[in-house]
Amino acid sequence: MTGSLNLWLIPLVPFAGFLVNGLIGRKLPKVLVSAIALICTLIPFLQVAKIWFQFSSITTPYIEHLGTWIWSGAFHADFDLQLDQLTMVMLLVVTGVGFLIHIYSVGYMAHEEGYWRFFAYLNLFMFFMLTLVLSENFLLMFVGWEGVGLASYLLIGFYFLKDSAARAGIKAFVVNRIGDFGFLIALFLLIARFGTLSYHEVFAQITQHPEWQGGILTAIALFLVLGATGKSAQIPLYVWLPDAMEGPTPVSALIHAATMVTAGVYMIARTHVLFDRSPLALSTVAIIGAATAFFAATIGLVQTDIKRVLAYSTVSQLGYMFLACGVTAYSAGIFHLVTHAFFKGLLFLAAGSVIHALGGEQDMRVMGGLRKKIPITFWTMTAAVFAISGIPPFAGFFSKDEILYQAFISPNSLGKTLWFIGLVTAGLTSFYMFRLWYLTFFGESRAAAHEEAEHAAAVHARSDTKLVLEAEHAHPVHESPAVMWIPLAILAILSVIGGWLGIPSAMGGHNEIEHFLAPLLGSPAAAANESSSLTLILASVSVLVALTGVLLAHILYKAKPELPAKLATQLRGLYTLLLNKYWVDQLYGAVIVTPLLLFSRYILKALIDRGIIDGAGFAAGTTTQGFGAIVQRVQSGNIRSYAGWLAVGAAVLLIAVYFGFTAHFSPQ
Amino acid sequence: MVPIYYYLILSAILFSIGVGAFLIKRNIITIFMSIELMLNAVNLSFVAFAHHWHQVSGQIFVFFVMVVAAAEAAVGLAIIIAIFRTRSTLNVDSVDLMKL
Repeated sequence: MTGSLNLWLIPLVPFAGFLVNGLIGRKLPKVLVSAIALICTLIPFLQVAKIWFQFSSITTPYIEHLGTWIWSGAFHADFDLQLDQLTMVMLLVVTGVGFLIHIYSVGYMAHEEGYWRFFAYLNLFMFFMLTLVLSENFLLMFVGWEGVGLASYLLIGFYFLKDSAARAGIKAFVVNRIGDFGFLIALFLLIARFGTLSYHEVFAQITQHPEWQGGILTAIALFLVLGATGKSAQIPLYVWLPDAMEGPTPVSALIHAATMVTAGVYMIARTHVLFDRSPLALSTVAIIGAATAFFAATIGLVQTDIKRVLAYSTVSQLGYMFLACGVTAYSAGIFHLVTHAFFKGLLFLAAGSVIHALGGEQDMRVMGGLRKKIPITFWTMTAAVFAISGIPPFAGFFSKDEILYQAFISPNSLGKTLWFIGLVTAGLTSFYMFRLWYLTFFGESRAAAHEEAEHAAAVHARSDTKLVLEAEHAHPVHESPAVMWIPLAILAILSVIGGWLGIPSAMGGHNEIEHFLAPLLGSPAAAANESSSLTLILASVSVLVALTGVLLAHILYKAKPELPAKLATQLRGLYTLLLNKYWVDQLYGAVIVTPLLLFSRYILKALIDRGIIDGAGFAAGTTTQGFGAIVQRVQSGNIRSYAGWLAVGAAVLLIAVYFGFTAHFSPQ
Repeated sequence: MVPIYYYLILSAILFSIGVGAFLIKRNIITIFMSIELMLNAVNLSFVAFAHHWHQVSGQIFVFFVMVVAAAEAAVGLAIIIAIFRTRSTLNVDSVDLMKL
């Protein structure tokens, strides 16, 4: 290992891009804005690639000390960056996928207002995300953690003139705040217990004491899980992610599919030493993961907005990653994180391309028949759909199967149940993904009929703005420009071959990613005596389940398109339940938000703020005023009255002296 | 030998006249004169005590008081002239604002 790796460059270059575009971007031409943003993302990627090629010669963990941040007594928190196998994987994903999405955005955002603002925010996001994965202590990670939340908020509310976008931004921020609160409590507990926030110091202490089990470690782990559920959109804090789709589509791809939402999984993998000591926390993670995976997948079955389907699918896939972490198969979780970044990033970008082609239409009910019109988008999206549905040899198959396998052989008593839930979810996943695929690309275009109806309605309403919108809307369906489909193509290739990193030995592979991560995350105990026949059986079962999902989707949305409506009427209760997302938003609204608002309005605002705090202020003011009104009579401006008071004062003093009140004056 | 309390009574009478005039009179110049009267009443008692106790410090104090009174007269008269120039009156009751 020669020389420094200059890790600091990786986060700080995007930050420089943010500063330039954020401060003077408004005055720069669009070409220059995109050039700055792209270069400031390309440099970290090249730097990461360079480190990757010399990785074998680096002794890990490699720590770069940049300075001391907080130093108080024995406690200190430093600006330390760290490179190890896990960081390496995350860096490749974040900078690689991030760079592709930046390229795509140049095309996608070309006609948008606030172009410079968008790229400034994207670069800001890259800065915080890279800080998050590179940090060597919990505090710096927390900085990145909060920062990506901020960037997410800014980008969800990018169209801030639109009320729903502004609200979605606030919702995401507030819900994340609940999770961040848990993270913060975990930090305090860590300081209280270990006196340090540095990863290696905390983990060294834990490793030295094999007898530490549960107790405060469980508490810390559970609070960390709370933080992770917020950031990674797991039950109970998943509600913000579907609404986050209000942001521009590249944002959904970058932040709300590929990178930021995986921060929770990264955090659990990073702190797995702690989780390994707490079976309770691990079970919690696994149960949350499996429940979220299933729950979100069922909602995804009936959504009609193309981006919302993908959003629920993201929540569901993140559930898989949690499930993997919960059964201590951290490397499987990270593997799925990587492949998910490829195929879900691609799905969002392709969906964006569809939306772009249709001039802003997101409702799948008015799509259809796009296969011939936008062939590149169709083929790339097909790769992603096959990948997420777990059809071999696409990427999702290997990573999802690894997770299901690990859940099945997990010593945890819940292992088999979790495996079964995961398996059912896999079927649901392939169903709703192929539903999306068929609805969007096959059959006849339903746009014309829909547009005519809209147009008639618009004329009827004599709404001029509506007519203008319609005019824009009516431009012909077109394939996206090269700047948009090239990233799609690259991600499509990655979605096909990305899974080959982790082909289990039973299928003739080497599971490279697991071996790569093994020094850090350890091989799951069972990996050593991996049973090849079991692997193959489980894989076949999940492929069968996935194919069943595909078949169902084919019957319902290709062969007999009239069937879904019939089913919906027959299963009205279930359908309404799913369509309304189990009324969780309404439940949260009724149980938490409304009481909180009422409490704030009537207790905190009316009573405490207006009554007590303002009241105290007013009382102080009025008292002073009243007293002043009395005393100001003395200050009449009349010299003789002053003289009179002087004389009276002197007389009083004299009388006092005469009657012996001289204690203070006597010399003694 | 005149007893000391004669001087003190005289001093007290003079001082009281000064205070009374200061409080009652409206003309600034009269008020000014009453201040002088009070100062001199005090001077008288200083001298009386100095003589009584055979201490020279009392007499020295008198000189100080005189110097201060002279300085005060100079400043005071200047203020009076300034007031008279702006308000054309020497009645203190009409001088109740800080502003000229």
